[in-house]
Amino acid sequence: MSIDSQKTPYKPLALEFKSSTFSVPVLVLSSDELVVIEQQLQEKISLAPEFFRNSPLVVDLQEINKQGYDIDLAALIDIIRKAGLFPIGIRGGNVQQNKQALELLIPVYSIHSGGVSAETQKQKTIIPVPEPKTDIDTDVTATTLITQPIRSGQRIYASGDLVILAQVSAGAEIIAEGNIHVYNTLRGRALAGVRGNTEARIFCFDLQAELISIAGNYKVSEDLDETVRNKPVQIYLQDQALIIKDIVQHH
Amino acid sequence: MARIIVVTSGKGGVGKTTTSAAIAMGLAKKGHKTAVIDFDVGLRNLDLIMGCERRVVYDFVNVINGEATLNQALIRDKNCNLLYILPASQTRDKDALSQEGVGKILDELKKDFKYIVCDSPAGIEKGAHLAMYFADDAFVVTNPEVSSVRDSDRMLGILASKSRRAEQNEEPIKEYLLLTRYSPERVKLGEMLSVEDVQDILSLHLLGVIPESKSVLNASNSGTPVILDEKSDAGQAYTDIVARYLGENRPHRFIDDKKGFFGKFFGSK
Repeated sequence: MSIDSQKTPYKPLALEFKSSTFSVPVLVLSSDELVVIEQQLQEKISLAPEFFRNSPLVVDLQEINKQGYDIDLAALIDIIRKAGLFPIGIRGGNVQQNKQALELLIPVYSIHSGGVSAETQKQKTIIPVPEPKTDIDTDVTATTLITQPIRSGQRIYASGDLVILAQVSAGAEIIAEGNIHVYNTLRGRALAGVRGNTEARIFCFDLQAELISIAGNYKVSEDLDETVRNKPVQIYLQDQALIIKDIVQHH
Repeated sequence: MARIIVVTSGKGGVGKTTTSAAIAMGLAKKGHKTAVIDFDVGLRNLDLIMGCERRVVYDFVNVINGEATLNQALIRDKNCNLLYILPASQTRDKDALSQEGVGKILDELKKDFKYIVCDSPAGIEKGAHLAMYFADDAFVVTNPEVSSVRDSDRMLGILASKSRRAEQNEEPIKEYLLLTRYSPERVKLGEMLSVEDVQDILSLHLLGVIPESKSVLNASNSGTPVILDEKSDAGQAYTDIVARYLGENRPHRFIDDKKGFFGKFFGSK
């Protein structure tokens, strides 16, 4: 029995915990009839089988609990798995449903985006899946200022707001997690709020853009109305629709 | 202090080599010792336009590889004894050029020459990159049509971000627009972009407009830079460009199809 063999040699770090954000589809239920759920789920999946294949899924029970329905969680999870999806959590469940979920090795998420309920935190079995931040107050990243023209093929990324004093050429791409201001002609692509900030806006002096996008909602040049082209406009999101308006309001 | 000028465009066939030959000759004729380098390794053309193709012994790649000295490779122009040509190698490809090698040759040329004109190959790959990397000034040659303008814009982006001056945070390369193969008649018919259209898209200082001209083809075929054809419109346009580059204030010509001077409108741009 040698002592040497018991010595633990120095080992490099084998693991590390990191926080990351994922976008996961949420299945919101409004009925407790499993047959109906199964049928409608199949219909939805058949519309985009590639998109749903092996996709993770969070089940939202808030609505059915509000209406006082009771659902057989084990049977529901079974239906979802049969449909080729991977349930990775529930949210909005009551105490009993949460307990049942954990027995099925399904994590429990808080209904509040980004947070984990006190009850589930004790379990320490889940990794929270926060939704993209939309809180402007927390967005304190500095503004990026650019004074040179952004030429075709160039790409600018700003983690806060992006202010550009020169022109943005066709074939260039300007991307910001916050707002985008272009005090010149915008001919390239402009993507604001790329991390999900739906409050972000694009302002430009002369709109000739190839593409504009706010929080993933986009319009290509072809979709731009002639009445908004070649003049100063602001672009913002309202009910998931891009609104393009004159900056100067005419009375 | 010597200045390195790159003649570039992104797109091919817009008149880079014609322009390189013309402005190098123009600068030399004005009394400045000038060298013009063909960076288009593998597609050697400058020697033909300069009419020295039968005197090429050593080339750019030989000098980089240390197989010949710079003095052995430089060819003195037959029309002007202040102009020298460093031809490209026809049997090699662009990988034969290295940034270090090019830098060394340019440093050596800078000791002896006032202007060094680098004739860039088309594209945005290694050859074009090396041609512009050490430049102080860039002549961006553009045809009045959308794809050429788009490629020039791309090249301007590269000049602004990938050059030595950009990498070392020095004063950026001075960029000049040269609009070639311009035909006022076709602009009027709406078949071609106008000077204003191109300047609106590129927002660049216009050094000059070279009209579409038979004299350019004739000059290429005879191996004499078109600037020496003093009677031709293209030759005069290049003479103007060289003068403007050297600081003379000359009104722009060849922009309108009426003969005459429109400097009142365009001279200040």
